Amino acid sequence: MSQNNGNGNNHHDDFLQELHNPDVPVPENMRSAVAVTSFTKLLDSIYNWGRRNSIWPMAFGLACCAIEMIATAASRFDQARFGMEVIRASPRQADLMLVSGTVTKKMIVPIVRLYNQMPEPKYVLAMGACAIGGGPFKEGYNVVSGIDKYIPVDVYVPGCPPTPQALLHGLIMLQKKIDRQSLGNPNSTPWYGRGPGDEVPLPVLGPDVFDPRQVHVLGRQAKAAQAAADAPEAEDTTA
Amino acid sequence: MTEQAPVAETQNPTEHALGALQARFGDAVQLDNRDGYTGLIVAPEKLVEVAQAVRDQLGYDYLTSATAVDYLGKGDHLEMVYHVCRTEGGSPLVLKAQTPRDQATLPSLTGVWPAANFQEREAWDLMGIRFEGHPNLKRILLWEGFAGHPLRKDWHEAYYEEEHKPYDSRWPEGKPFRAEAFNPYGKNVQYPADFDPAAYEELAEKAIYEDVPLGVSVRHDLASERVVVSLGPQHPSTHGVFRMVVSLDGETIQALEPVFGYLHRNHEKIGERNTFLGNMPYTDRLDYICSLSNNFGYAEAVERLLATGRRWQAPTRRAEAIRVLMGELTRVLNHLFAIGFLLNDLGAYFTPMMYSLVERELILDFFEAVTGSRMMCNYFRFGGVAYDLPETMRTTAALMNDRVRDFNTMAYLDELINERLPRAIDQADEFLTQNEIVTNRCIGVGVLPKEDAIALGAGGPVLRASGVPYDVRRAEPYSLYPELEFDVAVRYHGDIYDRYLIRIDEMRQSIRILKQILGILRETEGQPFFAGTPKYNVRVPAGEAYGRVENPKGELGFYVVSDGGQNPWRYHVRSPSFINLGALETMTKGHKVADVVAILGSIDIVLGEVDR
Repeated sequence: MSQNNGNGNNHHDDFLQELHNPDVPVPENMRSAVAVTSFTKLLDSIYNWGRRNSIWPMAFGLACCAIEMIATAASRFDQARFGMEVIRASPRQADLMLVSGTVTKKMIVPIVRLYNQMPEPKYVLAMGACAIGGGPFKEGYNVVSGIDKYIPVDVYVPGCPPTPQALLHGLIMLQKKIDRQSLGNPNSTPWYGRGPGDEVPLPVLGPDVFDPRQVHVLGRQAKAAQAAADAPEAEDTTA
Repeated sequence: MTEQAPVAETQNPTEHALGALQARFGDAVQLDNRDGYTGLIVAPEKLVEVAQAVRDQLGYDYLTSATAVDYLGKGDHLEMVYHVCRTEGGSPLVLKAQTPRDQATLPSLTGVWPAANFQEREAWDLMGIRFEGHPNLKRILLWEGFAGHPLRKDWHEAYYEEEHKPYDSRWPEGKPFRAEAFNPYGKNVQYPADFDPAAYEELAEKAIYEDVPLGVSVRHDLASERVVVSLGPQHPSTHGVFRMVVSLDGETIQALEPVFGYLHRNHEKIGERNTFLGNMPYTDRLDYICSLSNNFGYAEAVERLLATGRRWQAPTRRAEAIRVLMGELTRVLNHLFAIGFLLNDLGAYFTPMMYSLVERELILDFFEAVTGSRMMCNYFRFGGVAYDLPETMRTTAALMNDRVRDFNTMAYLDELINERLPRAIDQADEFLTQNEIVTNRCIGVGVLPKEDAIALGAGGPVLRASGVPYDVRRAEPYSLYPELEFDVAVRYHGDIYDRYLIRIDEMRQSIRILKQILGILRETEGQPFFAGTPKYNVRVPAGEAYGRVENPKGELGFYVVSDGGQNPWRYHVRSPSFINLGALETMTKGHKVADVVAILGSIDIVLGEVDR
């Protein structure tokens, strides 16, 4: 339990230390069958094995990539081999949000809301050029240049659209990421924190979409614009 | 099934209409005599009367496309362009009305052609033309409260660099950069100078619900209450990010309002910045199930413009044969998909879809071998196609067994067209057509009468299932279609079941065309697949053109205006799914809420094309 930072978690620590005590005698005939390891590592492997092989994606198709996502789920590529065939329409039952396609400013509001509604642990896979960074439509006035401007992304799968093989590779990468998460490390499993996780504030559709987290930037910009408007007069007086 | 005879053009439709209309309206109707332009310019105050005369006396009952063009610096007016057709066939008549940019107002034509409803809303949203007499003039693709009308030439997006590509920053020796780094917010956003987020009151959602009666009417008898339900944009049965706001009495639909724009990717604004050829890959992403048919439509439109210039060579016969091959394979692919999705919506969750996807993979293997990409093929060029068919192709498709192997392409096509696809169609027909659930849920549900279908501008299978044998391949033949033998499928009940059956019929007709194409491909083996020399930068003569093709979902039209430069001045997509959705309310009214999903499935929409 070297990772444990021990901030007032004494009871927990005591319990684990008791379990890990190397002085606990192992019977002679059992010695070859027992490997003494950290209890969290043992738990992690079981816990992660279960999670990585039963990722339930949300039925959430945005654009072109969704068609390749369907093809991945179908017989030839068969996502079910990875335990991911249970595609849920409700965010409440889903572990993985496959952002498959162009995210528009009008759509970002429901996407953030859906993300907030998903129970933790939750993962986001950005599929295709548009979801990663706007793709061919980046300069469009209604296009969000990448879903990671609003919600955190775990795996990026490039392509326009990515082939089903590429998507499967992305899903395997996600499984590897899950394998690295440890119950012993609160930073990698934040969903076991004391309170509920922070919600991502919903963007607002104003004259253009705005992120409530950026309101202070807006104020600064307004001041700069005001200063720029005042500046020519100042120049005139100095000249 | 009936066959529609090709209509012979006895007289130029514009001249004929001009004579008839000038006799009645005098100077209010003028011939558009700008270079490269056709059609009639109508004075705005007479527009409604002229439109009525065009519909009732001249028989142009079908409005296909209505769109606006901003002529900033070229007369400084906005121009509304209407393309109207006869359902018997023939080329469209073009009506235009001009209005000043600062106070853009035109009378609404929704009373004459209800199909104008959504398209006028789109013109208001993107171009800022106010339509007097429009029943519901609200923004359609963007949201209420958005600053400005983005398709105007003087409106610039947040990541604006230059008017036209190629941008100096990237070409010839520029370096790519991240546009976010130049934006103070690090995002693709911009705000008016006086914008105050703290005081802002959001209008977007409010405006959607404004016209739908929200309040529950409290009655003390046993009558059910009215509720408003928002279906979508995240809903497994809306085929993407489509949203409907329905007002229900119990379970019965009272009113339905579609909400668009959740996939509005600004094809038209980006298209005006791109070069002509640079738009080809973007057309792939319109109706992303049928990317090759979209290529066909765009090539058709630009080639019409090119044909007015000198030194134009029409596509070779082999190129046309390959184009038709691709178009018809796409039609089979799309209809298999559509039937799979319809059955999904009826509750047969994903089983019929799996069968469709097996055949889809076979067709996609062929597309990948020829074009290099499974879905986004970007294959057509002005004057032909990008590459010839390869001699052999490597595929894993189980034609004989499951091994990866090299096939002779023609042998593969032969087997695909003569055996695999007909078998798949027969299989779908056998399992689904007489299926009890399919018949019970489809027959008599979502009826679209013939008159409504024409008035609402529905196209493709939706129109033909309502008893109108209108098919662009026969009404205004293009490519090799005049010499190919096929029937225009038509059914007469206009319900979900007929819309399903018509897809089966059309696939069979496509197979019939494909068999003839195989012969032409063999005949033209080794001949050039491109006329002239391929060029990256095509000089397109100034003028306008409206090219249309029969896409699997309906009539796909591209309205392209060129000012003689490298980039289109205006690039408008008349997308079949968007206009077909205009008929959704008529089809759903009075049905149960569960039927809405099936009715939507029977229209067969793709959101990339609806919102563009």
